Amino acid sequence: MADTLWSYALTVLIIAAQSVVLLVSLLVIIAFLLLADRKIWAAVQMRRGPNVVGPFGLLQSFADLMKFVFKEVVIPAGANKGVFLIAPLVTCILALSAWAVVPVAEGWVIADINVGILYLFAISSLGVYGVIMGGWASNSKYPFLGALRSAAQMVSYEVSIGFVIITVLLCVGSLNLTDIVKAQEGEWGVLGWFFIPLFPMFVVFFISALAETNRPPFDLPEAESELVAGFMVEYSSTPYLLFMLGEYVSIVMMCSLITILFLGGWLPPFPIVPFTWVPDIGWFLIKVCFVFFMFAMVKAMVPRYRYDQLMRLGWKVFLPLSLFWVALTAGVLVAFDWAP
Amino acid sequence: MIIASLFFYLFAAITVAAAFMVISARNPVHSVLFLILAFFNSAGLFVLLGAEFVAMILVIVYVGAVAVLFLFVVMMLDIDFSELREGMLQYLPIGVTIGAILLIELFMVFGSWVIAPETAGFAASPTPPIDRITNTEAIGQLLYTKYVYLFQAAGMVLLIAMIGAIVLTLRHKEGVKRQVVADQVARTPAGVQLKDVKPGQGL
Repeated sequence: MADTLWSYALTVLIIAAQSVVLLVSLLVIIAFLLLADRKIWAAVQMRRGPNVVGPFGLLQSFADLMKFVFKEVVIPAGANKGVFLIAPLVTCILALSAWAVVPVAEGWVIADINVGILYLFAISSLGVYGVIMGGWASNSKYPFLGALRSAAQMVSYEVSIGFVIITVLLCVGSLNLTDIVKAQEGEWGVLGWFFIPLFPMFVVFFISALAETNRPPFDLPEAESELVAGFMVEYSSTPYLLFMLGEYVSIVMMCSLITILFLGGWLPPFPIVPFTWVPDIGWFLIKVCFVFFMFAMVKAMVPRYRYDQLMRLGWKVFLPLSLFWVALTAGVLVAFDWAP
Repeated sequence: MIIASLFFYLFAAITVAAAFMVISARNPVHSVLFLILAFFNSAGLFVLLGAEFVAMILVIVYVGAVAVLFLFVVMMLDIDFSELREGMLQYLPIGVTIGAILLIELFMVFGSWVIAPETAGFAASPTPPIDRITNTEAIGQLLYTKYVYLFQAAGMVLLIAMIGAIVLTLRHKEGVKRQVVADQVARTPAGVQLKDVKPGQGL
């Protein structure tokens, strides 16, 4: 009895230590990605961007963190206090908990579960609750409008994300994320990655990921020119920080999901000598940073969609296209007997 | 096993408590939020059973889609809470009747296993054991081979229900301007007329 309890305690301790290491490195990387986002945005607009705190402004995110944490938490008088405070927590915790199943290198994953991709899909579909709860609990017009926009937007784009995931699953034959990466491994390196045969789905997934994470050009729930800051209007200090953090964690999550599903995860572009010197985790980080760079460039260059255009794109373009590709992929796999 | 039973009681207790709060919370939005908590914890119970596929689908479908729409509708309701209280006694008899019928049915199903043990065979799933095949594959084999016609029939029922809902709510308004993207893209400079509008005059 005591022995079993000890072995449980040891396992729990190991998992806790792994999680702490993952979360700390994730948050540090996100601090610098946030800076990179602002720098890229500034560079496109021919500004300097943050350049005061530390060399080249490298410590800007940490200065922002201090500022957020030391400010006063203001709760509006008419707000539904409990839900108002739970909303940012929900956003942040859900975004962080998704990372439990992401394999950043071969075997480097906290929970290698059989239904990993479904878990990620489930967690990312729950992200909308933080927005809806925050918008409703603020008891004010702009947050409420932001919450309503967000609810319809996220539900619409989840449908096409689901179909894209199904196409990849058809080619892999497993719901496990490690298996999905391994299915793209081969002597031809980059030519075996799924973004080549499934290129239209790669594009659909990229755009849907932008919409799912409320990134521009789909940032209608927080469109600052029409809704001030949307669902975040009434938030200040740490709750606001949690919303921002949750948003960026889920953006990086989507970047790594694109990496795993289409860009071969931790695999080097060619399995020959100079490429194999870089460790697996290095390739994973390079690919995630590349996808994040594309996210940042889209934010800097593309004007915001109108709401009816957003709905049209989701339901009338992406849904039929992805449905067609599911049928086509399944048909090709069965016809040539390639199905795994 | 101790840990598993601890988690079972944790999930079960939260599910029951949240389900109770759904019907007793004063604010309907809180009710929906407690309903979501109940869904989430029943997904936890499915994971404990080893049915991780069903658990994830429960979260994706019910929590991720159905409950979002519930919340969407309930948030927009303008509800007078005192009026809601008054209806309580009026609806109590029918609520109790339905609850009692469901309870009796449950007792009949599970009671029959005790009275006539051979009926338990009907409930036992014809799936292969869990250590040979993941439950995603097991569900797939069952749904798409053994019960494929019933599955397709269920899909047809849903499709017809969806078309019916659209037909019932579709309204054609006269004089609504719609954006036709193809027309916009196909437009050439020759078809565009430039007008110099003087201030204060309009067209």
